[in-house]
Amino acid sequence: MKRTFLALLAGAALFCGLLTGCGSGGNPPEQEAAHADELYVGIAQDLDSLDPHKMVAAGTKEIMFNVFEGLVKPAPSGDLLPALAENWTISEDRLAYTFRLRPGVKFHNGAIVTAADVVYSLERASGTSGAADIVTVDALSNITAMETPDEMTVILRLAEPSNEFLSYLTAAVIPADYDQQDTAPVGTGPFRFVSRTAQESVVLERFDDYWGGAAALKTVTCRVIENADSILMSLQSGAVDLFAHLTITQAQQLTADFAIEQGAMNLVQALYLNNAVEPFNDVRVRQALCYAVDKQAIIDLAFDGFGFPIGSSMYPAFSKYFDDALTDYYPHDTEKAKELLAAAGYPDGFSMTITVPSNYQPHIDTAQVIVEQLKEVGVRAEILPVEWETWLSETYTGRNFESTVIGVDASTMTARALLERFTSTAGNNFINYNNEAYDNLFQQAQACTDDDEQTEVYRAMERNLTENAANVYIQDMADLLAVRHGLAGVRFYPIYVLDLYGLHWES
Amino acid sequence: MKRNYYLCAGLVLTGFLAAVTLAGFFWTPYDSAAMSADKFLPPCAAHIFGTDNFGRDIFSRVIEGAGTSFVIALSTIVIGASGGIVLGAVTGYFGGLADEILIRIGDALTAFPSILLALVVISLLGPGKPVNLVLSLGLVFIPSFARVTRAAFAEAREINYVKSVRLMGASHARIMLVHILPNTTPVLLSALTIGFNNAVLAEASMSYLGIGVTPPDASLGYMLSEAQSVFGRAPWYALTTGGVMILFLFGVGLIGEGLRAREGETL
Repeated sequence: MKRTFLALLAGAALFCGLLTGCGSGGNPPEQEAAHADELYVGIAQDLDSLDPHKMVAAGTKEIMFNVFEGLVKPAPSGDLLPALAENWTISEDRLAYTFRLRPGVKFHNGAIVTAADVVYSLERASGTSGAADIVTVDALSNITAMETPDEMTVILRLAEPSNEFLSYLTAAVIPADYDQQDTAPVGTGPFRFVSRTAQESVVLERFDDYWGGAAALKTVTCRVIENADSILMSLQSGAVDLFAHLTITQAQQLTADFAIEQGAMNLVQALYLNNAVEPFNDVRVRQALCYAVDKQAIIDLAFDGFGFPIGSSMYPAFSKYFDDALTDYYPHDTEKAKELLAAAGYPDGFSMTITVPSNYQPHIDTAQVIVEQLKEVGVRAEILPVEWETWLSETYTGRNFESTVIGVDASTMTARALLERFTSTAGNNFINYNNEAYDNLFQQAQACTDDDEQTEVYRAMERNLTENAANVYIQDMADLLAVRHGLAGVRFYPIYVLDLYGLHWES
Repeated sequence: MKRNYYLCAGLVLTGFLAAVTLAGFFWTPYDSAAMSADKFLPPCAAHIFGTDNFGRDIFSRVIEGAGTSFVIALSTIVIGASGGIVLGAVTGYFGGLADEILIRIGDALTAFPSILLALVVISLLGPGKPVNLVLSLGLVFIPSFARVTRAAFAEAREINYVKSVRLMGASHARIMLVHILPNTTPVLLSALTIGFNNAVLAEASMSYLGIGVTPPDASLGYMLSEAQSVFGRAPWYALTTGGVMILFLFGVGLIGEGLRAREGETL
């Protein structure tokens, strides 16, 4: 009988032990990895494909950004820098782009980059070459003809003018008719691919003939660490020196050997409101919610102060379009919120649901704080956790929800990617925002030929969203990166990449 | 009669925890959902269990969470036991083909891990609602009760006192309810206490997996899952929550053991 007890107690203890995650596992401690020109990077998933035109996963592009380049490449500021193209000219009618290639640029296999390689690569990326399994870049279908008057010049002719066309020319340029990209990829980036062990590691090595000058690091080994519990261990044991996309809790448990670099996730986290359903079809109710929600308190409580408050559908990394004046357009003011609610006919508040995808803890945490804040103005919010698939089909595509906490990102480095979705006819306008002035502004922006003018119109669109309280905007979430002390040169981009080029060990 | 220490200790422990939990429905030291800037405070005079990642008082949340877990476990047992006892009694008493079929279905169901089965049921019913959680767990608990009851009834059916009342012309319902059922109480009582503990754990597992209670409501399982991610920073969160859960299970386990010991004496 006593044994039953012990078994019971042990069982209960074991159960709680399991729940609190005593599970360790992971890599055995290894010797300190810090060497003058070696770097060990932890990545959360294996690469899906080595072929630059076939990779889908963001985590793959993040690393292979260092191996491949296009005619242009993104800069940390969000601008496009000349890469394989030394310079380019755009015709008056904006229908012809003439690129002058940088002379003497070498592929990792030693061959010189020529206009033929560029044409081959763009055809392949746009899916017109007929190669199998290509993830096609639809915007490249705008190209009607490619001409190569000489070895170093490429002329692209477009069907219609596009302000965003250039940003798609980041598509990787690879050697023409080289058919082993799947196993031994060849590009022009500062690092060349050496080897890959599935589910274990990817090794990159410095490309000494890189046109921009050789990188400081000689070898970079990316170790695949899929188990979240092992991430901290492998950092602390010295198995890896750098790990991106840590949670705040993970970051806070790191020892003094590491610095935490704070980048941005580059997404617009908000309490998105379905503008078509009661009571959110009343602008006063939406504004009341904006006054009731305290963004800074959310960032402090749920994110330990990491995060960048925002006030419209634009994040700070897009410095050209981001308008910081909108961030505090609705200061936290419960009295004002109550007045607006009373004016809208809800003096005692109302009940609402907040749909949250249950696999995103940061959004659930945010929703929890919002529920508390809304309580103060009499709004009774209830959290409705749903699976990600359900969220996509019911909430996002089906638009069957009252409100939802989610982060919306930009598919390309353009303001249009963030703002077009709120035009009344957009297929992905999941909040049913319907504002005539906004639609007109969007048309105006598309008609603009001048970049400055277009920027102003896009900013006016952001202001429109804020003034009409389309959503309760919260923040651009922080993206935390653990970096071993001594490693310098980390740069953050407005897109999902890990730039190894500038990294170096300081003695 | 020898003093039954198991039963006494179990009753005292469970009674104390139940009293605190019950009081928690009306009063807790702090509002269990109220957040504050005092995050991750270790246990101190103002917060005897410390505070969690939102600066909420863990003690208040443990009281409320224990209440939630308790109510869900109890409802689960009520559904599981009533369904199981009816099914088990009928199949055990009458036997025959229906018995074979039902009990095989029950066996097939128990072949799945119970949590997995509950996961399937709850995804069919729709997660996020406590009613659905209770329903799915209750369904999962039916076979175990049915089997215990069936065994007892099948055995009793062949015993002389049942044969005698049947000869006296008692109806089947009367025989089952008045004559056999009271004799199965010792078996059922221990099945109930063990079942209750399993239900507490099952609710905890479901909430831990994120398909039980919805935040910001508290339940012991949900709190443990929150505590896990901050274990390095606030070990007291997992330890206090887990500790209370262990005490709870231990208390009910003691009662079950005590009951069994008592029956052993009287039989």
